[in-house]
Amino acid sequence: MFKDITIGQYYPANSPIHDLDPRTKIVYTFVYIIVLFFANNIAGYAIALLFLALLIYLSNIPLKFVFKSVKAIIIIILITVILNVFVTPGYILFKIGPLKVTDAGLINAAFMAVRLIMLIIGTSIMTLTTSPISLTDGMEYCMRRIPGMRAYAHELAMMMTIALRFIPTLMEEADKIMKAQKARGADFETGGIFKKAKSVVPILVPLFIGSFKRADELAMAMEARCYRGGEGRTRLNELTYQKGDTVAYIVTAVMTAMIIASRFLLLLNIPMK
Amino acid sequence: MQKAIQVKNLCYKYQKDEEELTAIYDMSFDVYEGEFLAIIGHNGSGKSTLAKLLNGIIKPSSGDVLVYEMNTKDEDKIWDIRQKAGIVFQNPDNQIVATIVEEDVAFGPENLGVEQKEIRKRVDEALETVKMSQYKDRKPHQLSGGQKQRIAIAGILAMQPKCIIFDEATAMLDPSGRDEVLSCIRHLNKENKTTILYITHYMEEIVDADRIIVLNKGEIAMQGTPKEIFSQVEPLQQLQLDVPNITKLAYMLKKEGINIPDGVLTVDEMVGCICR
Repeated sequence: MFKDITIGQYYPANSPIHDLDPRTKIVYTFVYIIVLFFANNIAGYAIALLFLALLIYLSNIPLKFVFKSVKAIIIIILITVILNVFVTPGYILFKIGPLKVTDAGLINAAFMAVRLIMLIIGTSIMTLTTSPISLTDGMEYCMRRIPGMRAYAHELAMMMTIALRFIPTLMEEADKIMKAQKARGADFETGGIFKKAKSVVPILVPLFIGSFKRADELAMAMEARCYRGGEGRTRLNELTYQKGDTVAYIVTAVMTAMIIASRFLLLLNIPMK
Repeated sequence: MQKAIQVKNLCYKYQKDEEELTAIYDMSFDVYEGEFLAIIGHNGSGKSTLAKLLNGIIKPSSGDVLVYEMNTKDEDKIWDIRQKAGIVFQNPDNQIVATIVEEDVAFGPENLGVEQKEIRKRVDEALETVKMSQYKDRKPHQLSGGQKQRIAIAGILAMQPKCIIFDEATAMLDPSGRDEVLSCIRHLNKENKTTILYITHYMEEIVDADRIIVLNKGEIAMQGTPKEIFSQVEPLQQLQLDVPNITKLAYMLKKEGINIPDGVLTVDEMVGCICR
């Protein structure tokens, strides 16, 4: 039942976005998040939306999957919208009991909701198009660039890799333990939530003990294969930038410039409507 | 012959519940270059402890282990020792580090700081040697036990060791997986001239070893060629070790007064003896 579990939300497909270097995608996502907060008028949002639409189109991911991630934060969006509608001062449109709805509030709420939705879709495009393994690689490379983080970059990446490697193994083991307990009359299906939670304990205990033993053996095997941290280590597959990455970086720069420009155009009072 | 590993008056003591226990007691032997040496003993005879002592994962309490003239107590040489004498452990799951087969094979050379092009070459060669080339893009958990263990062997081969220690490498495998791994090990010994030190408690696996050392309670109980060892059926049984079935049959026939030489190891040999 656990055999071919997918970790994260990676959606395997062939697309120019999938082929990009994970570093490019991480940098793009980072820039995109920051730039979204620069956008403060319709022009800015329109530009961000345009680039997002382009990204989704190029990524070959069905829209259903893209919008799945929005579902997860729908409550947060609702709360933000409600708060914005009612607490922003401005011209009062109408009142519901003690609550006042203002024009500025409505506009603000709409902007906020759009911003959040774009934020979550933009970042999930990264996780949808990048496998956890190459995402780990990309993070390691990016972290190395940050002063003072170099030493941790390798360790963090190694931890992530080992975690990814052992998730299926531990799943299989949990399945095995569960079956063994069932064979001896354990009941995982009936009862309320507390009874069910309680019945998980006999699975977790042996699983934990087992994984400590595994960790011990793995550490020994790694040492036997001359592992001594990240210093002086080489790689079989070094990340290398391709042509597509250059294009992606240019696109990122253009988008950033356009959104920032949209903000200043408003300051200069050039009419946008 | 050149000595690959020298064990000199080796002792290993450890603490358990404030009690000092001796796992290896004053042991001395040599492993010669290019040979297939089998070490056999039942549970608690100190075999696994010995394996860990041989490439410096644990250090001797007294005595010395020399791997190609390098002492395992010498911290500066420890990585050279581990590169020269690789070790394959029992549980295939717990020695695979990476999420993709070829990246796991590359783990050793990566640690040694080998150049990228050279790593690629070594990984391809190692996978070819263990006949796992077509699985190089797979995830480890999609492989069978025998295949995983062959990947572990490839991971060691990629470090280009001169000697490989197998610490009960087939104990957790099913019979077909065991055959896969064993034939791979024999191939390494015959074709690549790799020195093999094979630790096990299955007698059948080592009938074609060059030499056998029998361990009991941390000491060497017997040593010699398979023929010499397996002809001593009764002493082996006293050490709770089972001789191969065919040898047992020969022993029992001989006891009944039939003229059969000592230490018959294979069915063919047996047929030859009976049909004389």
